[in-house]
Amino acid sequence: MRDFKAQLRQFIEDNFIMGPSEPAVSDADSFMERRVIDSTGFLELVMYLEETWGVTVTDDEVIPENLDSLDHLQGYLTRKLSA
Amino acid sequence: MTNTSDHMRTPVTMRLGPHVLDLDAAAEVERICGWMVQEVAGTLHRRGVIIAMSGGVDSSVCAALAVRALGAGKVYGLLLPERDSKRASADQGRTVAEHLGVRYETHDISPTLQAIGCYRLRDEAIRVVFPEYADDWKCKVAIAGGATGGINFFKMIVQSPDGRLQEARLPIREYLQIVAATNFKQRIRKTVEYYHADRLNYAVIGTPNRLEYDQGFFVKNGDGAADLKPIAHLFKTQVYAMARHLGLPDEVCNAVPTTDTYSLVQGQDEFYFALPYDQMDLALWAHNHAVPASELAAALGLTEEHARNVYGDIEGKRRTTHYLHARPLLVDPVTEVSE
Repeated sequence: MRDFKAQLRQFIEDNFIMGPSEPAVSDADSFMERRVIDSTGFLELVMYLEETWGVTVTDDEVIPENLDSLDHLQGYLTRKLSA
Repeated sequence: MTNTSDHMRTPVTMRLGPHVLDLDAAAEVERICGWMVQEVAGTLHRRGVIIAMSGGVDSSVCAALAVRALGAGKVYGLLLPERDSKRASADQGRTVAEHLGVRYETHDISPTLQAIGCYRLRDEAIRVVFPEYADDWKCKVAIAGGATGGINFFKMIVQSPDGRLQEARLPIREYLQIVAATNFKQRIRKTVEYYHADRLNYAVIGTPNRLEYDQGFFVKNGDGAADLKPIAHLFKTQVYAMARHLGLPDEVCNAVPTTDTYSLVQGQDEFYFALPYDQMDLALWAHNHAVPASELAAALGLTEEHARNVYGDIEGKRRTTHYLHARPLLVDPVTEVSE
């Protein structure tokens, strides 16, 4: 299975400011609960997914179960690209 | 029962229903008016108040309270229409100003907005999504996602001159540019308000109700800027009760809340809130009092999942809009001038 997590982690670390003393985001961490990404940030993430992997994120796919952790993103991109 | 000074997250056992927002309007009017006199004269040392009158219930109640507290001669009303605001809003604002007997003037801010690029910058972003969008089209922004358990995103809805509606999710760049350009409206209005405040040595009244204040439904340094906010602790339902008690015109007491910011008619719940205001009031009250989602669901006729999503949306908006409430941050406190 193709691994998207490293590239996604890099995007998140490059684009969303993390406090210097905060631990890195783990694969299962909720971005919302960790307050790494807010709703505006998710729109940015959606644009990144669409531009980087050529997928179309439909309105009903903008849900935490698809986007709100590296694990969820990995599963979502795997499903989208194999569809 | 008066519930204007609710404490957050206090569990309650009473049955949830609209009665929890019942208000002793007469007592509340007296309390706010006493506070206003004290703050305007004693704390701010101003001689009166400026209020932008949109014709809606919030600004009308604030104006009526100011007249009760300070007298009509110390209240100056501003009607600040622009190209996209409804003619009926300015008419209603004028009706209220005349009903209250305050001095007022109309300042059309459209030329200023035109000069600063508000409409052009907004329309450029819209045309990225709808290339055929033109000056004779209408538009609005609507929120989606959060109330159904998703992540909030925004849709642009446009209407061509022949009445055809189209909608599409806004990409992040275009969404931010549309919001940034549209925010000129609230910020230019506030600039005009402070011009009059400065020339008259008056304070500026901000008119958010509790729902708007809590959920960050305002523009920082736009309608969020003010010297005092007399109804920020009152739920919208309670503001309507105050309007009736204060004897405001029927069209104010029955006004449906709109943003009056985009050219298509846009309800506040459509733009920002998860539910219509009366339901949203109850949801916010229930969330503040740790009422289980199942009880909110029963009271509003929602599924329990929907009620949970509304609670989640309330918390999400608090997180997202925390920045709007934040004062400029300092490295060290300057205690000599801080509160």
